[in-house]
Amino acid sequence: MKHMKHLRLTIQIIYTIFTNGYIYGFLSGKIYQGRLKYVCVPGLNCYSCPGAVGSCPLGALQALLNQRGFQIPFAVLGFFFLFGSLLGRTVCGWLCPFGLVQDLLHRIPLFRKRKRLPFHRILKYVKYAVLILFVCIGSSFLFGGFAKIPAFCKYLCPSGTLLGALPLLTANRLLRSQIQGLFFWKLLVLLLIILLSVKIYRPFCQYLCPLGAVYSWFNRFSLVQICRDRENCTSCNACRKACPFDLSVDEISRSPECIRCGACVSVCPAGCLRFSTKNGRSQNR
Amino acid sequence: MRSWNNPASRLWLYGTLTGILFLLIGLLQGQFAVIWQKAVLICLECIGIG
Repeated sequence: MKHMKHLRLTIQIIYTIFTNGYIYGFLSGKIYQGRLKYVCVPGLNCYSCPGAVGSCPLGALQALLNQRGFQIPFAVLGFFFLFGSLLGRTVCGWLCPFGLVQDLLHRIPLFRKRKRLPFHRILKYVKYAVLILFVCIGSSFLFGGFAKIPAFCKYLCPSGTLLGALPLLTANRLLRSQIQGLFFWKLLVLLLIILLSVKIYRPFCQYLCPLGAVYSWFNRFSLVQICRDRENCTSCNACRKACPFDLSVDEISRSPECIRCGACVSVCPAGCLRFSTKNGRSQNR
Repeated sequence: MRSWNNPASRLWLYGTLTGILFLLIGLLQGQFAVIWQKAVLICLECIGIG
């Protein structure tokens, strides 16, 4: 169990440093302007983070929808299909900087831990509503003055506040002088998610993240899966107890909620769960 | 048991190829330039002051 946890944490940290490694940006209060920003990273990673060397897929999607007229955002859909088909929500579990932040917050020994919010069965669909209303419709039709606005980034995204706004405003006095009410709204959203993350495992991923909503559609057929050896499975439920999202053995990997964190793999006493890239999900050996 | 010959187990491959196709279409339509232009300037909306 610990081995898998450490491996995942190590990969998350290395990936986050690798994709946010523009140190000069943090020191100067500016952002990276090189060619790597033509490419989207798989996870939620604000491109206005001073260290970010790639583009946020959700920000990029909204930038394309903010264009005059309407065009299908093929470039970003391409990234979604590519990352989604290969990894599904493994991206959320292993390659998302804001997921790492929530994981670390959940380790703080405060409050009695819970896996889910009350009304989880309804609330888990909110992320799809956020995707449709804020990212797609909001960015296509909401105007601020004469220009369309990236509605999700502007009103909800906590990653932009934490990884973009706070480091930039700390280092850049000119930006600090422009703070208005909207910033405090975004700060409130961030604080709520931080507090919830201490008690509940990854509340933003479970209930609000539109990127998780996109990748969840790929979960059933992505290349990377968690396979189960049905013959040797004793249905002991150890995987469900270990699963931070409380998924049953039949839901693991297949459910749109599963982020393939691997907690089930490492806890299975019969060793019948494993990461795999072949033959789908269930196997008889 | 889903085998490699089952079309359903190759959906990831079709998805990946679709992704590559979409990326090429996006490239031809100049969408990467739009993404880059947005990403290299500080997004005031993203940081809550726009």
